Amino acid sequence: MDDNVPVLEVRHVTKRFPGVLANDDVNISLKKGEIHAILGENGAGKSTLLNIIYGLYQPDHGEILVDGERIDLRSAHDAISHGIGMVHQHFKLVPVFTVTENIVLGSEVVKNGLLNMREARRQVRQLSKDYGLAVEPDTLIEELPVGVQQRVEILKALYRNAKILFLDEPTAVLTPQEVQDLFKVIESLRERGVSIFFISHKLKEVLQLSDRITVMRRGKVVGETTPQEADEKILAEMMVGRDVILTVDKEPANPQEPVLTVNNLSVMGDQHALVVDNVSFEIRAGEILGIAGVQGNGQSEFVEALTGLRDVHHGEMIINGKTMPFNNPRVLVENYVSHVPEDRQKHGLVMPYSLVDNLVLCTYYQEPFSKGIVRQEEPMVESAEQLVEQFDIRTPSVTVPASNLSGGNQQKVIVARELSRPVKLLIVNQPTRGLDVGSIEYIHSQIVAIRDRGTAVLLVSAELDEILSLSDRIAVMFHGELVATMDRAEATREGLGLLMMGVTGN
Amino acid sequence: MTQVLTFVRSRQGKTVIGFFAAVVVIAMFYAAQPQVTQAVLSSTIRHSTPLILGALCGLLCERSGIINIGIEGQMLMGAFMGYMVNVWTGNLILAVLASMITGALLGLLLAYMSISLKLNQVIGGTVLNILAVGLTGYFYMVGLTTAGKLTTFPLGPLAKIPLVGPVLFNNGLITYLAFVLVFVLQIVIYHTRWGLRTRAVGEHPHAADTLGINVIANRYINTMIGGSIAGLAGGFLTLESVGSFERMMTNGRGFIALAVMIFGNWKPFGAWGAALLFGFAIAMQTQLNFMGINIPHQFVGMLPYLLTIVVVAGIVGRARPPAAEGVPFEKE
Repeated sequence: MDDNVPVLEVRHVTKRFPGVLANDDVNISLKKGEIHAILGENGAGKSTLLNIIYGLYQPDHGEILVDGERIDLRSAHDAISHGIGMVHQHFKLVPVFTVTENIVLGSEVVKNGLLNMREARRQVRQLSKDYGLAVEPDTLIEELPVGVQQRVEILKALYRNAKILFLDEPTAVLTPQEVQDLFKVIESLRERGVSIFFISHKLKEVLQLSDRITVMRRGKVVGETTPQEADEKILAEMMVGRDVILTVDKEPANPQEPVLTVNNLSVMGDQHALVVDNVSFEIRAGEILGIAGVQGNGQSEFVEALTGLRDVHHGEMIINGKTMPFNNPRVLVENYVSHVPEDRQKHGLVMPYSLVDNLVLCTYYQEPFSKGIVRQEEPMVESAEQLVEQFDIRTPSVTVPASNLSGGNQQKVIVARELSRPVKLLIVNQPTRGLDVGSIEYIHSQIVAIRDRGTAVLLVSAELDEILSLSDRIAVMFHGELVATMDRAEATREGLGLLMMGVTGN
Repeated sequence: MTQVLTFVRSRQGKTVIGFFAAVVVIAMFYAAQPQVTQAVLSSTIRHSTPLILGALCGLLCERSGIINIGIEGQMLMGAFMGYMVNVWTGNLILAVLASMITGALLGLLLAYMSISLKLNQVIGGTVLNILAVGLTGYFYMVGLTTAGKLTTFPLGPLAKIPLVGPVLFNNGLITYLAFVLVFVLQIVIYHTRWGLRTRAVGEHPHAADTLGINVIANRYINTMIGGSIAGLAGGFLTLESVGSFERMMTNGRGFIALAVMIFGNWKPFGAWGAALLFGFAIAMQTQLNFMGINIPHQFVGMLPYLLTIVVVAGIVGRARPPAAEGVPFEKE
């Protein structure tokens, strides 16, 4: 076969969803043994494109060629038979099945009408050895860490003789160590002649791993480059379509009177063990206090306690001179506390509700949204439309359910709701997790803007970069305790890293 | 020694020990009171047959992700149609087939409502139940006569084993079919391609879909096969057990079958054990009435229903239903 014929070629693919042009005349190709990154913001149409090539969606126009020949894709089955495999962003594994059962599902080994699991297990072992992807064939999926589950997903594709592999945001759920393991696997796959489409919105990863980079924006291919020609700034601009400020621009803080004072706060976790241990601190108006820490050191419970979502074991919370009751979110809301929660889909939004309803979740019972017990539709819609405009929320209308929006736009809805009422204390937890560059930039600028208007901000984040670029003061949480508090100027990445691992210097 | 202990603590170990304990207890009773023991056990099998068939229907549907609370209605319609075909043709085999087809058609209706119309599945099942009560009540005529019912026949030398023979191997066609179906479904669900795919569809339909498995077709077929088994349970009532139809004669068996399915942890063998336990409770109810023990019969009559409540309340928290149960499938 001529090496110049791409193993996969997409020509003029267009796909329209109600209200959105998800793919607009997309042309892209994949060479043999190439790692080709598709870079783009959330909602740029990357996943849609791969789902079309994998046969899950039917394109409105366009054609797909494998080894130079046009193929007809009606279902995932057709794509699999053409040697295409896909690892979805959210794994498609049956939790109560074993590794082997998940791998063979749909292409089972059958003998005399019965499943031949012994032979299947043997093939899985062989495959796992051949590609250096260690898995134990008889373990249940639900007992495996995410990184191993991902290996199973890759083995699933290899078991079906995939020559072309799609990886949809493969690093989104992995720890940094697992990411490096994955990259080794991907590179060894390339050496075996597997061609890979790699979707991501993380610039560093794309530059590290890929041979070629195609950038998509709003359903269109806007450019193609290579890691040699591009750097982070160039890629970010291609993605967003304008200059992007990767660092946060802010004036020095001008702290005023204390807004939040917490004394000796202790909180129990779900396992009835102390997860926040005797924490005291204070935040002043007009400053951002960043709480750094490796995830799972009590940050979630800490924030839940401060926002009234979890009862406390012991302690005192004073906001603007008033002692607050615990476990009472309504009182906090009425004392101008805003909260952008960690899990935006579970605690930030009611997913099936419209944007209108989601935007009044804290204030629906107040004037002008209610008169007595009667809900006032018109002011709600008006306010929603205004907020969509003001916070640049990309949505076909204010009546669509929140679940229809991309992650970045969902987060903007929450920020719009929380910042559109008077706020004296803003508590944000992991505000940019899983978001693309444009949304991160936007959310960061909003947090700085609200600080400059004299609001006290508590920022909890596991991203050290985020803590360093936003905070005026930084505290580190380790095993439920605040082990150190310092000014931003005194903090270094290395110093914080040590504190996060529990090394306290002395 | 430690190996023995691990075995005793394991699931299989407990099942084996339970089985032998039951055998010992039955043997002791048999030694003391042979007729009564045999009567109670035969009655246990008789009462458990519609329950295990109903439970097999429920578990086929639920394994593929469709909640079927319309088993009661499928049974009732199956009982009625089987009876009517028996009245019209006098052919019992045709009558049995008619019950199964009726159940399957109601299964098709449930599948259409839950899969294609994406109706709430509990409502869909309720529709079946109400429909069955209405239709059978409306069309039922008093005073119909039939040519007869399915009679018991011994299975050769097996039937001559003391106690076991008359209890297990001297039954009617549908009872034997029920025994066979338990084994067949156990194998189908755990050891065939269809079973693996069905379980995947009930646990994570999107995973199945991305591997090219037709989720919709799988659910339709399982719901219809399940329906035909529930119809067979109805046929058992009119064609093998009672021999005639009465209004609302299923009397809650379809719901008890659901409890049996849950108690059996959505497994054919488990459901069989549960069905026998419930059958035994019903048999004891009759037996206690005969023995004239001084408990008001209303209380004795409560026994199977009480057991249902205890089982469902006690087990539901622990048992693990298929994860995608009751959720309509939509492509992402």
